[in-house]
Parts: sequence; structure tokens; C-alpha cells
Amino acid sequence: MHLNICKIKTYKKLCLLTLWSVFLFFIPNIQASENPSTEKKFDAGSTIIGHVVDAYEWHIMTINDKHISIYLPVILYHDGKIHLFSSSKFHHGHESYAGFAICQEKGANKGKIIKVDEEGNMDKDAFFIDLSITKNVLSLFISILLLTLIILSAARSYKKNGHGAPKGIARIIEPILLFIKDGAIVPSIGPKHEKYTPFLLTLFFFILFNNLFGLIPFFPGGANLTGNISVTLILALFTFIVTTLSGNKHYWKDIFNTPGIPWWLKVPIPLMPIVELIGVFTKPIILMIRLFANITAGHIIALGFICLIFILGETNLSAGYGVSIASVIFYVFMGFIELLVAFIQAYVFTLLSAIYIGMAVKEHEEEHELKEIH
Amino acid sequence: MELVLPGIGLMFWMTLSFLILLFILGKFGWKPIMGMLNKREKSITDALQEAEKTREEMRLLKIDNELLLKQAKEERDAIVSEARKVSQKMYDSAKEKANFEAEHIIESAKEAIHYEKMKAIADIKNTIADLSVDIAEKVILQELKDKQAHSTYVNKLLDDIKLN
Repeated sequence: MHLNICKIKTYKKLCLLTLWSVFLFFIPNIQASENPSTEKKFDAGSTIIGHVVDAYEWHIMTINDKHISIYLPVILYHDGKIHLFSSSKFHHGHESYAGFAICQEKGANKGKIIKVDEEGNMDKDAFFIDLSITKNVLSLFISILLLTLIILSAARSYKKNGHGAPKGIARIIEPILLFIKDGAIVPSIGPKHEKYTPFLLTLFFFILFNNLFGLIPFFPGGANLTGNISVTLILALFTFIVTTLSGNKHYWKDIFNTPGIPWWLKVPIPLMPIVELIGVFTKPIILMIRLFANITAGHIIALGFICLIFILGETNLSAGYGVSIASVIFYVFMGFIELLVAFIQAYVFTLLSAIYIGMAVKEHEEEHELKEIH
Repeated sequence: MELVLPGIGLMFWMTLSFLILLFILGKFGWKPIMGMLNKREKSITDALQEAEKTREEMRLLKIDNELLLKQAKEERDAIVSEARKVSQKMYDSAKEKANFEAEHIIESAKEAIHYEKMKAIADIKNTIADLSVDIAEKVILQELKDKQAHSTYVNKLLDDIKLN
């Protein structure tokens, strides 16, 4: 009951913060669009994508065409040399620095650092590694720091408290932790779950925390970390590596010599083994795409409602103000759904990872027993 | 398009950060938390088992007590009935003895009375004999004097005897 009230309070706070931040963010932009000197047409698509993708600076707000941003360090490895400079040198992508610039053209490289020559033309053959601390990397560091603090303080409270009832932050962590452990990990993996529990718990709390962190629309939240394909790729890769490394003889036999399948599907053309082998790779790829698509879609829809205000506001200012009421209501509604999605996607990712690991470590006898039961 | 292209930089930092997170949380977070949760689970299970055991012990103890009480009652009853039997026996024997004694006393009393009676009869016999001899003597003496007087005298003597 107490937790429910706490949750409702958190929702309320989050909604208020969301509402407030929506106005905080976009009122300066409304003023800017009123200004006749900036005749740029509002481009909803690039605005939305710009908010969803990674960036070299953390844009906080724009007041009268003046950008307030946190400039993040750019780290480039090129020709055996490490280039380290502030992203402010790019002047919001308008200028190049030390032969590097942010690509402004539409295409695969948009928003990324490219090598340019003296005339500002892109050097496509240049090889360099971009290890810049981008917006998402900074958000990653902040969230990991906070998550570590939360979990470690919970662990400390357990140490202090002995095996009594949980206190403080552990009271919030414990029901979630037990829900994941007893609801997803133990039933999926079975008796060998102890070895994989730390990985799966870390996975779950990392995804959940960053999903929620991404819902906060201003610094230090707001980075679309779990909606970034690089992040979900690494998460899925971890699951893939853990699954593949813990696969037992039976797991590999199931892939290369699937029992219960007619022989002509295996010899001379190994049709089933190929399908099964593809399945090994599609599983983590689906994990990667599901999380990325769900979180990014939520962000895009929420941003779409906000952009609607400015699309209409460009044609008629009062229409813009008028539609803002509906937009904010829809945004809040979307916020609730995204809150739900944040939990569901974190759970689904963990559950599926647990199931894949469970498939890899399951003993032959267990399956026989299962078949006999069915 | 830029949305679905992974960036090498973010992937690098993500891998590094996630590995560090995994290490820190695995070693200092989940391990003590899971350890404590398991410990708590164990302590709860132990407490429940202990309670069950105690309940069973209590049940057995109760049964024991009841058995003991029953035994004690039986013992008491046995002792009481035994005592009752003994007292009855004592009473009976005392009564018998008293009866016997009383009969004995009565018997001896009767004997004494009989003896006294015989003694008295013997005395009376002797006295009668003496008196008869006396009377006979006197009669004989009187007869010798007067016949008339003699019969009067005999009558008078007979009257005397009646008076006696």
C-alpha cells in the first residue's frame, strides 16, 4: 500500500515535471519562431530525430536563438594520434576543427564526425575511431553511477540490517528483484540460475533505470540511451556471449542435429542446421531491435505531439496555443504508457535472455521429463 | 538512417561501462543482497520448522502429561482401594476376636454359675439331710411320749418346714 502511494506520488511528480519541462523547453522556441529574423521553417522530422539520436553536445535550451549546451569532449583516434578537444570547437556543427567536422548532409553519417579537407569536403576514405564522450555516453556514465550508488546502498542496508525486514532503498529494490528472480530467472534457467542471476539482474536494472532516466526530459535525463541501437546491440551481445559460452553438449546437438526431424532435412542439404544456426543469431538481434524500437518509438510519438504545437503554431499562433493543451494531455498519456513500456521492455529483455540461457544450460533428462509430462 | 547505425564510440563505452557495472554490482551488490535474501529465506524456513517441531513436542508432552495423570489417578485409586480392603480386614478380624472373647467370657461365667449352683444344691442337700435327721430324731423322741402330741407335733413341724 505504502509502495503504491509512493508510486502514485512519483507518477504525479513525473507528470508535473514533464509538463513543466515541456513549457520550459519550448517557450523560448516559440519566441524564436515569432522573431522575423529567423525565417527557418520548422522541420518536425529532423527535430524529432535530433532529439532521439546521439549528439556531441548536450543541448539544454535555446533562448532567443542562443543555445545553452554542455559541450562534451571529442576523442578521436586518427593516424596513431589521439585528438582530444571540446565539441564547442565545432560551433554547433557549423565549423570544422583540426580537419574534423560534424556531417550536416542527409544520409548515414548525419550528425557524426567526419574527416574533411581544407575546402570542407568530406574525406570518405579516412579511417579514424570516434571514442567521443557523447550525450549518450555521459548519460550512460551518470546512470551507471547512480545505479551503482542505489544498489550498493541497498546492499549496505542489507549488511547493516542482517536478515531482518528490508529498510530504506532496499524496500523498493527487493520486490522488483524478487519479482525478476522468482518470476523470470529461476523458472527459465532452473537449478543452475545462481551463476547467471547477477548478470540478468544487472541487465534488468540497467535497462529499467535507463528507460526511466530517458523519460525525464531534461538534464541529466533525457538521453535516449536504451533507445540507441549501439546500446541495445551491446546488451544483446552480452546475452549472446553468455548464452553461447554456457551452451552445453545438448544445446549444440539440438542445433546441428535436431532430434525428431526427418533425415532428409539434414542430409545432403543441412537445411535444419542452417535454420537453427540462423536462429542462434536472430535471437539476440530480435532482443536488440525490440528494445531499441520500443523505446525510440515512445520517444518519437511523445515528441511528435510536442512538434504538432509548432507545426500549427507556424501557420497560426493561436492554433498553436490551442493545440498545445491537447498535445500536453496526449504527451502525459504517452508518458504513462512509456512508464509501463519501460518496465515491460526491461522485463521482456531479461526474461528472454533468461530463457535463451535456460535453453543453453538445460539438461537432456529434464527435457525428456517434460515430454513425458506433456 | 542515422537512427539505426550503431556508433563505435558508444559501443566501446557501453561495453566498458557495462562490464564495470557487472563487476561492481556482481561483487558488492548482488552477492551480499542475494546472500542476505537466501539467509533470510533460510531463517524463515528454519523458524517455521522450529515452530512445527515445538508444536509437535508440545503435543507429545501433552499426551505424556495426560498419560502420567491417568497413571497417577489409577495408582491413587489402587492405593485407596487397597487401604480400604486392609482396613476392612482389620475391622473384621477385630470384630471376630471380640466375639470370640465375649463368648469365652460368657462361657466361663456360665461355668462359674453352674458350679456355684451345684455347690448351693449340695449345701441344700446337706442342710435338708441334717434337718431331716433332726426332725426324725425329734419325731422319734415325741413318739415315744405321746401319740396325740406326736401327730400334732409332726403337723407343726411340717408347717415349720412350709414356712421355711
